Amino acid sequence: MIVRHGAFSYLPELSDEEIAAQIRYAIGKDWPISIEYTDDPHPRNMYWEMWGLPLFDLDEPDGALSEIKACRSTFPRHYVRVLAYDASLGRQTTALHFLVQRPPEEPGFLLARTEGHDRQQRYAVHSYATTSEPGDRYGS
Amino acid sequence: MSDDTTKKRWDPGVQSYAGMGYYAADYEPKDTDVLAVFRVTPQEGVDPIEAAAAVAGESSTATWTVVWTDRLTAHSHYQAKCYRLDEVPGRPGEYFAYVAYDIDLFEEGSIANLTSSIIGNVFGFKPLTALRLEDMRIPVAYVKTFQGPPHGIVMEREYLNKYGRPLLGATVKPKLGLSARNYGRVIYEACRGGLDFTKDDENINSQPFMRWRDRYLFGMEGVNKAIADTGEIKGHYFNVTAATLEEMYERAEFAKGMGSVVVMIDLTIGFTAMQSMSHWARRNGVLLHLHRAGHATYTRQKTHGVSFRVLAKWCRLIGVDHLHAGTVVGKLEGDPATTRGYYDTLRDDHIPTNPGNGIFFDQDWASLPGVMPVASGGIHAGQMHQLVSLFDDDVVLQFGGGTIGHPLGIAAGAESNRVALEAVVKARNEGRDLMKEGPDILRKAGETCQPLEVALATWGDVTFDYTSTDAPDVVATPNR
Repeated sequence: MIVRHGAFSYLPELSDEEIAAQIRYAIGKDWPISIEYTDDPHPRNMYWEMWGLPLFDLDEPDGALSEIKACRSTFPRHYVRVLAYDASLGRQTTALHFLVQRPPEEPGFLLARTEGHDRQQRYAVHSYATTSEPGDRYGS
Repeated sequence: MSDDTTKKRWDPGVQSYAGMGYYAADYEPKDTDVLAVFRVTPQEGVDPIEAAAAVAGESSTATWTVVWTDRLTAHSHYQAKCYRLDEVPGRPGEYFAYVAYDIDLFEEGSIANLTSSIIGNVFGFKPLTALRLEDMRIPVAYVKTFQGPPHGIVMEREYLNKYGRPLLGATVKPKLGLSARNYGRVIYEACRGGLDFTKDDENINSQPFMRWRDRYLFGMEGVNKAIADTGEIKGHYFNVTAATLEEMYERAEFAKGMGSVVVMIDLTIGFTAMQSMSHWARRNGVLLHLHRAGHATYTRQKTHGVSFRVLAKWCRLIGVDHLHAGTVVGKLEGDPATTRGYYDTLRDDHIPTNPGNGIFFDQDWASLPGVMPVASGGIHAGQMHQLVSLFDDDVVLQFGGGTIGHPLGIAAGAESNRVALEAVVKARNEGRDLMKEGPDILRKAGETCQPLEVALATWGDVTFDYTSTDAPDVVATPNR
């Protein structure tokens, strides 16, 4: 399966030039960029690991791109995403996020059902990958 | 008006409304006043000032004759006052009457009370041939007495973990007749194909062919399977509209218990029930979608009724997370400037006066959360560049026929919409001119996505190009 996460997960993988263009768009809107990674892609895992602090004062995408590359080489089999944050009054939330790396193999999710009363099911979504320990989930 | 000169204010009998103080051209509205602007069409021979004063009178303290009991009150405080009257440009016989109401006239936090005053009696008033409530200014002091949207745009995005693009939905079709099992299949296919939401239609409640509980059970099976297939959060707007509020609570509780992130109500349940469901949704952490079923019976004609921009303001106060607000390019009524005015009203925190968009007053929402507008009805993937240009990111684009009618199946229809959306958003962020390059961007995206290629070939340039019946008239617009 293919994990659908972020704004562009139905498009072909973005090249570094395409990533730079998105970062340039964010910089133009005064949105700081941050980079996060995880090997737990559960849809309700909100808190991926932060690759350092947000990059607040970028003028050009280059600085962010070099951090993306460093994150990828440290975690070559993790999910890596780029986020742009809008701190303006009334927003104060993420404005855009998209994947810039995914593991080569994505085993996907198990839908677990617990039979309840009156035909009701309790549903739970489990990532097959997270049956292994963190850091050991998408092969080495 | 003419006989006022000979009559004293408190003489028994019939007095002109203007003479009783309901027209006051020198009145300066206070920051705490509720303001309204009506389009007044007086009967032949009726003085427009008197007609406007009558509107102010009948929507506040007046009755048809002088009553001495007014003198037991600080009556001038409670009287609404028409403080400005303009001819409508290019529309002879019609007038914009601006009326100010003291905030004391209204119960805190009650849309039922506000509307009973403002539109309660006056629309059937005989001296008028027609009357339309065009816009209102809700003062901050009154805004702050309402809960507002249970979650709002920002919280909804954080809840769903989706940022930087419009959300996608589809209404299950056919809207009536599917069994619960078939219905859940449509939900599953549309969500696994790439939509964020699917939706019950306004008239799907609990009919003989499909009872609500069965729909919720099969629907949540579809939603959860799609979440596991894609790794992203999905939702189906389960319509909880029912005959009584108690039944609506029961259905909403059941949906919540099954793990649904969202439930839905129809406008037809009434303002009080809407406010009750809004409070329920805030308490229970469930998004609240509103389908504006029935609104066009009173919002569409420009001389009589209530403008949708006013209804949008009421809905933001009542508190819903989603509200249908038009597509411009789809099958339902909506001129671009007027629709823009609705979107601004729902999403922005401060909306400046903008006569071209039909916004008569500055409106300050004082951080009341924004409502996510929904564009639904006769739209398809080939219009994606227009939709993103018109509405930007904070909108749910709903493709019912454009998903379910896809020749390769529902999941393919959903995928074509999602790919078209992402390609257009990506191109916009890269600085490309969507209105010029949009069709090329879509065609290019179709080269690596067969479902999109097929969607473009099927619907191509289908568009619904009719003249709108409702347009802002502060500047002259063509008559209908």
